[in-house]
Amino acid sequence: MISVNVKLFAMVRDIVGAGDFLMSLQERSSASALVSALGMKYPELEKWRHHLRIAVNGEYVDEHHVLKDADEVALIPPVSGG
Amino acid sequence: MIDITGDKIDVANVLKSVEDPLAGGIDMFIGTTRNHSRGKQVVALEYEAYRVMALRTMESIAGEARRRWSIRKISLVHRIGRVEIGEASVVIAVSADHRGEAFEACRFAIDALKKEVPIWKKEFFQDGELWVGPQKS
Repeated sequence: MISVNVKLFAMVRDIVGAGDFLMSLQERSSASALVSALGMKYPELEKWRHHLRIAVNGEYVDEHHVLKDADEVALIPPVSGG
Repeated sequence: MIDITGDKIDVANVLKSVEDPLAGGIDMFIGTTRNHSRGKQVVALEYEAYRVMALRTMESIAGEARRRWSIRKISLVHRIGRVEIGEASVVIAVSADHRGEAFEACRFAIDALKKEVPIWKKEFFQDGELWVGPQKS
């Protein structure tokens, strides 16, 4: 198992009810697998699935990116700065 | 200067940060909180950031501006937390020898910031609040 630090923001954080927590996943889980796992617990997240970008350790990655232990994974909903 | 701050943005300070005796012009963009959105009256805005990545992305936008235009200095400052109507939520300033580059680099920087930087805006109305973005029922 690996343990990753999940960071959530804005409406996604509101859905899950937390913005900063650890998640355990199988070794070699992809970023997409993490989103699916969260989606199983929080079905409302599924509506946002195709609007989310994923960042690992501060860099955007695609959904196939393989996660490692201690990675920081952020789900980035559509940004609205400025 | 690249910064994300919870305090009111000191616009004069941002201007000062790009002053350069070699520059012939400074272009500055100030994003302000307007009092209407989607046909409703906005009472205030609130911004939230993924700080470490937002700063990194802002640095990278500044870097790209320097690569693409011949500029002297560039500063990007974004505010987080509650921002009242009329207050500045973002300030970008660019100095360059000639005004053309200053205008273009500044325009590029705000456009890029709005597309890429992980910062989110919540609008507060009289009767509720909404994160800006695609609305899901």
